[in-house]
Amino acid sequence: MSSVGVIVQYALREALRRKVFAVVLLLTVVFLGLFWLATHFVHGELDTITPPSDVLVDSRTFAGAFLLGLAMFATLFLGVVLAVFLTLGVVSGDAERGLLQPLVVRPIGRSTLLLSRFLAAAGVCAAYVLAVYFAALVIVGLTLHWWPPGVVGPGAELALGVLIVIALSLLGSVGLSATANGIAVFMLFGAGLVAGLLGTIGHALNSQQIRHASTIASWALPFEGLYQDGLRLISRDATGTTSFLLQLGPFGGGYVHGWTIRAWAVAYLVLVGVAALAAFARRNL
Amino acid sequence: MPAALETSDLSKRYGSVQALKDVDLSVDEGELVGLLGPNGAGKSTLVKIAVGLVRPTRGTATVGGAAAGSRAARASLGYLAELFRFPGWYTADEVLELHQRLAGSNGGAAERARLLELVALDDARDRRVDGMSKGMQQRLGIAQALVGEPRILLLDEPTSALDPVGRRTVRLLLEELRSRGVSVLLNSHLLSEIELVCDRVAILLGGELVAAGSPAELSRPRGVELDTDDGVRLIEGATREDAPRLVAEAVAAGRRVYGVRVLASTLEDVYLEAVGGETD
Repeated sequence: MSSVGVIVQYALREALRRKVFAVVLLLTVVFLGLFWLATHFVHGELDTITPPSDVLVDSRTFAGAFLLGLAMFATLFLGVVLAVFLTLGVVSGDAERGLLQPLVVRPIGRSTLLLSRFLAAAGVCAAYVLAVYFAALVIVGLTLHWWPPGVVGPGAELALGVLIVIALSLLGSVGLSATANGIAVFMLFGAGLVAGLLGTIGHALNSQQIRHASTIASWALPFEGLYQDGLRLISRDATGTTSFLLQLGPFGGGYVHGWTIRAWAVAYLVLVGVAALAAFARRNL
Repeated sequence: MPAALETSDLSKRYGSVQALKDVDLSVDEGELVGLLGPNGAGKSTLVKIAVGLVRPTRGTATVGGAAAGSRAARASLGYLAELFRFPGWYTADEVLELHQRLAGSNGGAAERARLLELVALDDARDRRVDGMSKGMQQRLGIAQALVGEPRILLLDEPTSALDPVGRRTVRLLLEELRSRGVSVLLNSHLLSEIELVCDRVAILLGGELVAAGSPAELSRPRGVELDTDDGVRLIEGATREDAPRLVAEAVAAGRRVYGVRVLASTLEDVYLEAVGGETD
């Protein structure tokens, strides 16, 4: 087995022993159960929704896109929780406990070690996010009989968003203690969430400045931009009042979208990764 | 052949603290060198630079001719950190297997069994780390450092958690390693241990190398003690070469000589003199 494989296995075993997977799995089962229940009740109420006669709203599309948008947010959140707890102490935390030094002095080297830790977390988190996203998609599709126009894209974007969070967490772990790093990454995630809500508010109030601020924040934290792009993809067939109502959010308003944000997200991931490797290479242990 | 470890003008500064200052030190092939000094003298910093955990501010360090921290240097060393831990859910055998894979060792189960036997952990092969005493973990740490048959071993306080039997095991192990041509840099507070096993001793104080040499070279003659019917008398400044003459003079003077002892300073005396009585 290569050195990368050895460290990936080491990281996965560590996560398994610390019951990270067990906690996240439990939370996921609870979430999917509640989500199915909510979707089921919405389906029961769907036929009774009667918008004013002069307003044309496709209630099925609205409910489907809105609920799937909600599920995408929850998926992103759970994916971020998993990503943070898998990586928050990879450098400083493990160095403080004396776990890192015996590994780093081996020929494997620092860059391979950090890259291996990234690959381990990325593999687990991407698989997890895709699994939860498709489970939610199936719940919405089978219960409401509504399927989004884009199926794979939004899930892939959520997974890419979580990879960015993993890279940020690894970068933070080089300089911050495990606790401080965990707090910092969750605050960044919260800032991204606020940026998205700000865009919704700016749209509702028709405020160019608020929308501009939201856009800047979404580009600075592209996991939020990817989430917004994913929301756009699931609701791109919605038209007229349905589309307008979805844009009012909070789980349908996507103002940053398109190939530019996707390309920027990939570039951002590479840049953060390179910064983490450079910082780790210079770190005294 | 390049020295197993060589430092030249090695300096390290952490902010306003000068941890190491212009240290020149070498450990030759098959040599066992003891590193002494009070806490904060720079011993661990020197070892960490040698294994690539810390970057020097100035100067160079090489391991087997390769720059410290390079892949070639890391491939030829074994290291036991002062503060280390292995994952609690690994067994002793799994810890060694993990390090075999990372070190690229082909020793397999035979190497692991041999190393566990060397540190007297052969009957704890399947015991998990979190079920081991501190001393057992330290011995496992030493076995881990020996994985892949390193050319040089850097041990930072390897016996701090060991009982007297464990210390003796490590001492015998170090002597065996020396006989096999493995170089060792041993960082320890235990002067008696260093004095017993080390070929040379280096003493650090405030980041500077204040004394270096073999225990015999470092020790000073303290005189010759004559035990006669007139009592015990210390002749200061006398050396081993003076002893026969002093005995002959005492006998000629009609004294009965019961014993003669050539006195030299111990490593503890040398150390205390070098560090000026400085402690933690």
